[in-house]
Amino acid sequence: MKVAVFVKQIPDPSGAGALDPVSHRLVREGVEVVLDPGDAYGVEAGLQLAESSAGEVVAISMGGERAVEVIRKAMAMGAASGIHLLDERLAGADALTTARVLAAAVAHSGAEMVVACTESTDGYTGTVPAAVAELLGWPSLTFAKHLELADGLVRIHRQTPQGHDVVEAALPCVVTVTGGINEPRYPTLKGIMGAKAKPLETLGLADLGLDPAQVELALGQQAVIAVERAPERQAGRIIEDDGSAAQIIADYLAELKVI
Amino acid sequence: MSKIWVFAEMAGDQVSPVSLEVLSGARALGDELEAVVLDPQAQRAKTTLGEYGASTVYLGSAPEYGNHVAQPHAAVLAHLVLAHRPDLLLFGATYDGRDICARLSARLGLTVVANALAVNSSDAGFTVLTSIFGATQNVTTRVQGPTPCVLVRPKSYPAEAVAGGEPRVVEVALPADAPRGARRLESVVAPASGPKLEDARVVVSGGRGLQDPTNFRLVEEVAELLHGAVGASRAVVDAGWVPYSRQVGQTGKTVKPDVYLACGISGAMQHTVGMKGAAHIVAINKDRDAPIFKLSDLGIVGDAVKVLPELSAELRARGVG
Repeated sequence: MKVAVFVKQIPDPSGAGALDPVSHRLVREGVEVVLDPGDAYGVEAGLQLAESSAGEVVAISMGGERAVEVIRKAMAMGAASGIHLLDERLAGADALTTARVLAAAVAHSGAEMVVACTESTDGYTGTVPAAVAELLGWPSLTFAKHLELADGLVRIHRQTPQGHDVVEAALPCVVTVTGGINEPRYPTLKGIMGAKAKPLETLGLADLGLDPAQVELALGQQAVIAVERAPERQAGRIIEDDGSAAQIIADYLAELKVI
Repeated sequence: MSKIWVFAEMAGDQVSPVSLEVLSGARALGDELEAVVLDPQAQRAKTTLGEYGASTVYLGSAPEYGNHVAQPHAAVLAHLVLAHRPDLLLFGATYDGRDICARLSARLGLTVVANALAVNSSDAGFTVLTSIFGATQNVTTRVQGPTPCVLVRPKSYPAEAVAGGEPRVVEVALPADAPRGARRLESVVAPASGPKLEDARVVVSGGRGLQDPTNFRLVEEVAELLHGAVGASRAVVDAGWVPYSRQVGQTGKTVKPDVYLACGISGAMQHTVGMKGAAHIVAINKDRDAPIFKLSDLGIVGDAVKVLPELSAELRARGVG
């Protein structure tokens, strides 16, 4: 079985983020960029599924020139091939457009299953995978913290506020995994060397049969009109613990009438 | 004349709290407020939805809405949206809400804004407030086009009933050819004790700074003494120290307690979006530069593993617990 995994290059989440003052888009130049840490779980889950079904993984990423790096990283972990969705008209794409492009790429790849993380660590929208499933006409199994495949049926434990639901769907389908579902493997040196020779396709809107007018229409449906500093909380006391911290906290709780 | 729709969800046989919050917030946005509820228990929602301001309720109670995830809901919702053309459609940012909204958006080409903290209307249309970079910056996005969809985070609005009458109810059938999709086979409820995380006056949360899963007991002890709930950062939930139902943050729960005590939590955006609405924040962290200190009313630069047992002892000495 061919499994598609979605990978995204994002500014290092441990760094300070910035927005371009004019375009209001995330600044991606001159900052450290990494594979979204959530995606590592998706790649690992995809590799495990492919290994158990004598299949292979295709890593798909939409992004600028440098997004190739995260595809190569997925290849170094074990993905057999990659698709880079590169088109300048996709800069600043919304979730709907991103889903349309990714769905077209999945169809192009011939994959029978998609694995993605539940949401990106930079944007947190979290609607792209289910939208891709809808566009492909596939069921989706989202928020999986456990995943198994048997006889063409995929079964997950889907997070709920109280615990989890057991949810099942037949292939083909889209699965989203939460952090902690597995232990993502580290690329080996051999994997890193081998990644450079693996097949990588670069596709634009025309290659995918998508209409640029539709992209423009979607982009016009939402616009950031203001970015402001959030009102800051009242600056609090910061105290070095010299052995009296417990007392200070208890005093504060008493002041708040919590104790 | 603008028409606002809210997609309401059920929690058992009650309307889900986040749906009531969203209805309450939506009342100021247009002339007409209507709700859609697609759930096997939907009949139980009518009166409540009216009390929270819905003049019309589109209601479907087919068992498929409980046995399947998102697909039948999105298919029926799409028919309703095309037939009635609401000017704005609001969802609670829940697991099901997000999946249904995503599918609807793809089906009809509707724009989506997620993680909304507030929605406003003006002559120029609707705007959505979100926050980014650890809630240090607020972003206002204007949405346009046919029925923009917005996912509103829990606790963004207080749930307040109005003196609404019984709503007009329009029963909606599930077409035989609507896709069913993934099947829900079983619901497992994780055992929990103490107050609910979402409702607790005091929340004591632990993170990576506790260094070892066994040290989580120190957090639980303080929470017990304060009759509070136990929370956790994503890092320790991902590491399997505590169940997911304890997670506070973007992918977990949103809490607004009187006091939030963050122990060994650095304050990544993922976490702070779920707790920055607390009235008072106390943080214990070894790293003086940890972002959590920017949010805290009282910050202790120290080792939570050392301070927590001292705090338990101090509370006991004061007769607390």
